[in-house]
Amino acid sequence: MNFEQWKDFTTGKWTKEIDVRDFIQRNYTPYEGDESFLEGATERTKKLWDDVLALYEKERENGGVLDADTKTPSAVNAYEAGYIDKDLEQIVGLQTDAPLKRAIMPNGGIRIVEKSAESYGLKVDPEVDYIYHNLRKTHNDGVFSVYTPDIRAARSSHLLTGLPDGYGRGRIIGDYRRVALYGVDALIAEKKEELDVLNVDEFTEDIIREREEVSDQIKALNDLKAMAEKYGFDISVPAKNAKEAIQWLYFGYLGAIKDQNGAAMSIGRTSTFLDIYIENDLKKGLLTEKEAQELMDHFVMKLRLVRFLRAPEYNALFSGDPVWVTESIGGMGVDGRTLVTKNSFRILHTLNTLGPAPEPNLTVLWSTRLPEGFKKFTTKLSIKTSSIQYENDDLMRVTLGDDYGIACCVSAMRIGKQMQFFGARANLAKTLLYAINGGRDELSGKQVAPKFEGITSEYLDYDEVMQKFDTMMEYVAKIYIKALNAIHYMHDKYSYEALEMALHDRNEDVLRTMACGIAGLSVVVDSLSAIKYAKVKTIRNDDGLVVDYKIEGDFPKFGNDDDRVDQIAVNLVKTFLNKLQKHQTYRHSKHTLSILTITSNVVYGKNTGNTPDGRRAGEPFGPGANPLHGRDTNGSLAVLNSIAKLPYEYSEDGISYTFAITPAALGKEENARVANLVNMLDGYFASTGHHINVNVFDRALLLDAMDHPEKYPQLTIRVSGYAVNFIKLTREQQLDVINRTIQDRI
Amino acid sequence: MEKYDKSVFAKIHSIESFGTVDGPGIRFVIFMQGCMLKCKYCHNRDTWDVHAGNLISLEDLLAKIERYKNYILPSGGGVTVTGGEPLLQVKFLINLFKELKKRGIPTAIDTSGMVNITDEIKELLSYTDLVLLDIKHINDQKCKDLVGFSNKRELAFARYLSDNNIPVWIRQVIIHGYTDDKEDLLELKKFIESLNNVKKVELMPYHELGKFKWENLGFNYELEGVPAATSEDIGRAKKILGI
Repeated sequence: MNFEQWKDFTTGKWTKEIDVRDFIQRNYTPYEGDESFLEGATERTKKLWDDVLALYEKERENGGVLDADTKTPSAVNAYEAGYIDKDLEQIVGLQTDAPLKRAIMPNGGIRIVEKSAESYGLKVDPEVDYIYHNLRKTHNDGVFSVYTPDIRAARSSHLLTGLPDGYGRGRIIGDYRRVALYGVDALIAEKKEELDVLNVDEFTEDIIREREEVSDQIKALNDLKAMAEKYGFDISVPAKNAKEAIQWLYFGYLGAIKDQNGAAMSIGRTSTFLDIYIENDLKKGLLTEKEAQELMDHFVMKLRLVRFLRAPEYNALFSGDPVWVTESIGGMGVDGRTLVTKNSFRILHTLNTLGPAPEPNLTVLWSTRLPEGFKKFTTKLSIKTSSIQYENDDLMRVTLGDDYGIACCVSAMRIGKQMQFFGARANLAKTLLYAINGGRDELSGKQVAPKFEGITSEYLDYDEVMQKFDTMMEYVAKIYIKALNAIHYMHDKYSYEALEMALHDRNEDVLRTMACGIAGLSVVVDSLSAIKYAKVKTIRNDDGLVVDYKIEGDFPKFGNDDDRVDQIAVNLVKTFLNKLQKHQTYRHSKHTLSILTITSNVVYGKNTGNTPDGRRAGEPFGPGANPLHGRDTNGSLAVLNSIAKLPYEYSEDGISYTFAITPAALGKEENARVANLVNMLDGYFASTGHHINVNVFDRALLLDAMDHPEKYPQLTIRVSGYAVNFIKLTREQQLDVINRTIQDRI
Repeated sequence: MEKYDKSVFAKIHSIESFGTVDGPGIRFVIFMQGCMLKCKYCHNRDTWDVHAGNLISLEDLLAKIERYKNYILPSGGGVTVTGGEPLLQVKFLINLFKELKKRGIPTAIDTSGMVNITDEIKELLSYTDLVLLDIKHINDQKCKDLVGFSNKRELAFARYLSDNNIPVWIRQVIIHGYTDDKEDLLELKKFIESLNNVKKVELMPYHELGKFKWENLGFNYELEGVPAATSEDIGRAKKILGI
């Protein structure tokens, strides 16, 4: 390949084949300084952002959804061009023809679309309705046509919850940088070559499926070109400057969010890639720093406008319109140079120029070797905005190299080379209760899992409980993989992410993971600890069902750096992954595990009865890997030490910890707070912690925001891997955040 | 009461692994159980009873502290003993600090200094990198009213630290109507200026967050109705103290 647009760049492997990482490595400029070079928002930016804020306000007044087009099933090129203010926007492109107007994506499931529309007082167009009820099968239809009774039972009893069988699975990151670097035609040419490779003598089911997928990918790429043309851009060729690079890349992403309503639609690791173009333009005098920031501001503004039409059930799990436009920033290269560039600063600086926001989901890949200036800048912003999450680059680089990104909250994947089959999570707290009750549900009394001898003694015996728990986990793992296999088979069949996968390497080179998850870790672990170290008496109802527990004596609790209980957690993670691995996965995907609940810890808890650790029925679980609220009594670092023990190699899809602290507890003055946070992160990640959300604010502020949401349009908090507008949470979730995550130190 | 070797066991109330307000850097803070003072504004009322608390061995405590070296050392932090009145358990602290020094971990004591300067106290101070000295009240009569004891010993303690060049952060709780009298603050200023080892003067705004502890223990809260100190109160006091 040879393009005029590449004349300023150092050539290499990337000019011969698609290899964005090689392009970055040969052309980027590491930046070791501080933030003093940054510029503020331009007048254009301020004006445009005011327009967006006004739209946000209207959206809020309108009950959460400004408008939706219920007539046009969305696709890469389904809509005419749309603008906020064409004259001001430096980066253009909207999901539909107007800002914040949501689209429908019925390939996932028509009933969900109908329900979502209805909950906002809208009705799906009759023709769409007819087509999807009578002519076109959906992902949701497909899944439910094959679900077995045992899967259905596990699902309706909330043993398995949040499964993507009625919504888009998401968590696939297209390598949107390829659009800018190569132009779409070169990408199509590569896919055509793949089709050729797939012309083989043994025309098996796998080969046929792959050929069909690649054909769909080529079609999606052509649609992408056509979509960009509507905005007046020819993206068949590479971008020639910074503005085009951002625009091309954004078009790639825009195509994906027009095509898919995925649970998480992450953007990848783009800022350092874009820095190469910006740096080149700056050097040539084509761009000023102020203009560079403006481009990034306008790009980020677009990412803050992404919306999907979602059902109330979905919102109960994950409120606040999360999209997880996760952008991974910083980290170190395998050659020892930092991947921090000036543009790493610029994208974070949007939290200043535009104010705090939950999206894009700014994720700093932390290494103890990151430049000090960058460490201080990010932590300063964390303290100011609570809008950043941190993940351990030193840990992930070992297996993933230096061009991976985070999908959703904590799912690391090599960009363009890896995807995952998102699997939500299994409720292990409930699993434990089933073990005690012989497979019966503690709330309904129904026999959900196959009947077996439950616990009959009055006091729980640790070894006996563990043995039955093991059996029960065995069962849950089996059902879980069955359900996920069905879901992902059907998702590929009826709602294939053609554009996102077009921005990946060849099918046979892409690593697929089956991303399972655990909910209720600290509840199970504390329960087991109570059974082991204290005496736990069962309390049965008339039906003989154990419905409550009485604890006599004290026991060690997770989150206090106490090995007696922390090792129970470690073993549990290992055991559950081993059990999952016994089962064959769809497309031979690799089993992985996460400890992440996002805000669904509230819903899981609501559907789970009294537990042997003393947690009352209906009370929320701790989010992700968090200890249960109030159980950690030795301060924050003890919690970090406990969580850092959880083995990443057995939980490669991420281990999430939500940390919240009041400014006063972080230190007496600004400098001390920054230094303490930097040292805290260095220490945590050096101890192999994987992820941490950092929230810094006063309890009083949150209480006020609950009562006066209009005063806090941009108040952002971070829970278990995602950031959210606090005022968009349900009241229950707001209380959970306040009660469980913020501790005043007295 | 139970018998234990006071040189290798201590009664502690609790620990805080992420202490950021009791000395420089990130600090492992040990709240020692037991205090002889009766400060009306005490926010740790539950640390007074010398018979309460949890017994911990030197070995266990050191093992715990070791787990936080990753955080403490790069931050320029250390271990702070507070309470309660840590100096009541001086035998234990001597051994603790000796071991910490061996491990290169900086040490600090947060104290009222209301003790006699015995040989043991002297030995402990020789292993101490920083004393956070809470001057209860510079006016002796007011001091007696507020905390139940004369300030003579703590002022002598301050003098000893100065004479022996042990770094000190002077602390003063600002309670409206109790400790913020202009004359008193000027007197305090004069006293501080007479010391040659003061690295920092910290004013701590009185707050009511400890009130519930008194109530939980079934005691009357004596400062009922006294407002929490505001940033203006602190600003005013700082101005008078010239800091």
